[in-house]
Amino acid sequence: MRSLSLKATLISAMLFLVFIGAWHMATLPKESLTLSTADAEYTALMGKGAEKSGGFPPPLEVGKAFVKYLSDPFYDHGPNDKGIAIQLGHSLARVGLGFFLAVLVAVPLGFVIGMSPLLLRAFDPFIQVLKPISPLAWMPLALYTLKDSNVSGIFVIFICSIWPMLINTAFGVASVRRDWINVARTLEVNPLRKAFLVILPAAAPTILTGMRISMGIAWLVIVAAEMLVGGTGIGYFVWNEWNNLALPNVIFAITMIGVVGMLLDMIFGRLQKLVTYRE
Amino acid sequence: MSLHDPFDPNSTMSNCSCGQHASQAQHDIASSDVDALSSRVVQTAVMRALFPHDGERRKFLTAVGASTAWAAISSLVPFGALEAMAQDKGALEKKDLKIGFIPITCASPLIMADPLGFYKKQGLNVSVIKTAGWALIRDKVINKEYDASHMLAPMPIAMSMGIGSSPMPLNVATIQNVNGQAITLHVKHKDKRDPKMWKGFKFAVPFEYSMHNFLLRYYVAEHGLDPDKDIQIRVVPPPEMVANLRAGNLDGYLGPDPFNQRAVYDEVGFIHILSKEIWDGHPCCSFGVPTQFVKENPNTFAALYRAVLTAAAMASDPKNRPLMAEVLSPANYLNQPKTVLEQVLTGKFADGLGGVQNVPNRAGFDPFPWYSMAVWILSQMKRWGYIKGEVKYKDIAEQVYLLTDARKRMAEVGMTAPKESYQKFKVMGKEFDPAKADAYVNSFAIRRT
Repeated sequence: MRSLSLKATLISAMLFLVFIGAWHMATLPKESLTLSTADAEYTALMGKGAEKSGGFPPPLEVGKAFVKYLSDPFYDHGPNDKGIAIQLGHSLARVGLGFFLAVLVAVPLGFVIGMSPLLLRAFDPFIQVLKPISPLAWMPLALYTLKDSNVSGIFVIFICSIWPMLINTAFGVASVRRDWINVARTLEVNPLRKAFLVILPAAAPTILTGMRISMGIAWLVIVAAEMLVGGTGIGYFVWNEWNNLALPNVIFAITMIGVVGMLLDMIFGRLQKLVTYRE
Repeated sequence: MSLHDPFDPNSTMSNCSCGQHASQAQHDIASSDVDALSSRVVQTAVMRALFPHDGERRKFLTAVGASTAWAAISSLVPFGALEAMAQDKGALEKKDLKIGFIPITCASPLIMADPLGFYKKQGLNVSVIKTAGWALIRDKVINKEYDASHMLAPMPIAMSMGIGSSPMPLNVATIQNVNGQAITLHVKHKDKRDPKMWKGFKFAVPFEYSMHNFLLRYYVAEHGLDPDKDIQIRVVPPPEMVANLRAGNLDGYLGPDPFNQRAVYDEVGFIHILSKEIWDGHPCCSFGVPTQFVKENPNTFAALYRAVLTAAAMASDPKNRPLMAEVLSPANYLNQPKTVLEQVLTGKFADGLGGVQNVPNRAGFDPFPWYSMAVWILSQMKRWGYIKGEVKYKDIAEQVYLLTDARKRMAEVGMTAPKESYQKFKVMGKEFDPAKADAYVNSFAIRRT
């Protein structure tokens, strides 16, 4: 077992090195084919000679961006320029709040729907129509009605994370083994106790799966939403650097988004393990 | 207006008082004490009224001495009360303000007022907030997330009339900038300098209700192309223009700087013409403030007005342009290479065709909100079918553009405002008379009326 994970790590490292090497080779500076203009002034105004973003950045430049931003993650140079940790903090706060609100709505509602086959059928058409709507399509409507860009961002997270949780909760609750419910009925357990002591633990793994999917989607959506409404957050950071066509910084931000997304997923993976049971 | 000591017989009422600056406005920025400055304005105004001829004032002052003159005149004229009236120095109703901007050089005055401390000097705590596009600016102003904002000159007119949004009364406090835009084409079109060859081109402008849209339409129409049929005009937020040009989604754009120069710098485009070649002195962006804010916060508004005008006075002086490039380039503001901003602001630039051009008035920052500008904008909105039916050009212009206030506040910070409110000007050689706007609209062959 240990040797397997060691081997996997080795191969991962090798893949990474190969990737960086290929990237480096592909972005080696080419001799520019355009004949150098004799006019030195023109060349200077075009920024030749100085550091300039010509084409795709080589790994070294991206590495510099990593060092630059990670060495000072908490700086604050005014409302439009903050350190990476602060930006990620803003994004996580929005995701956290929107997600939390979605849990508050989706889990109880899913529970009720799951317990009653009638309600499950009645709600189904609405869920099926609302589920496939791209969360960002809600943005103009949210901005217009909620009249606050920050609240709109949170609303978009809320609306995109609610469906997987709702469906999974309903499904999990509906498919609790009949035997367990029958045992509870024989023992004359009152409905509230039945819900919390029998159904909830039985459905918990499915509910957690729903939450994990929701969190994944929410993290995808927040970046796009922040690129749209801006202000703060990792999405705004990407947009701001795109304005400047500063690709090394954009690549740095993309990597950060990936790392944070992975960490979030790992947290939910752990939680899922905690509630899993063997039948 | 000159603002040196009017009680000094040796000074003429022009130039600057210490002799080290070209004008009094610069002197005052260098050594700005707004209180002293505005009391100076009042004193100067009174002395002007008493002695219309400079010679008489001097004779009087040398004869009796400055202190006697001061005592004599101040016994007759309540300087203190006049100064208080001129300054509206009541308590500020609101100190923490949020002002939105799009990261383009047009916004220079209201951005640089922040790092240079002009807002602080007026007792205001302003955050200038970068925004992703004009539609979002509109929504955030309507939602009151911003107290005031950088806006395109036609936006407050369109929004006040409820065109393209629910109606919201807005005012233009100042024009932010004049000229400073350009038509940029993709490098692959280097041989297509004649607009007649542009059939089927995809162009971008920053917003429907923008000078860019109206100037581009005007320009191609003068060359015989119908902007609605022969070319495609899309709305693309300024920061995304270069990326779209590079990707080949666009053939060109009439966009704000620094994105014209940035396209040249990144070798994806060249500057076809500067917008000043269409209309020299055209307005571009404005400083828009909701009417409700003006009414509810008169003192704050006055202070804000002074701060932005002080910045405009500074930006108007070509000498300060390299400093501006320095101040505006960090990530918190425009987030652009300094050399790009310098080329835009100083007017010495690479055109993308291998030449270096020197056009000192490529970008200007004259803040005066001429009514005639608003009338021209309305005439074009009518021409292209954005407004239907009869247009009360004068009423709308005079309601939205705060020309009288601007004149008063400009005097307070020592700037010279023109005496007229309307002027005739030429757009591509064709004269525009603000008194005959409807006839002007009907004189075009290509129009939607």
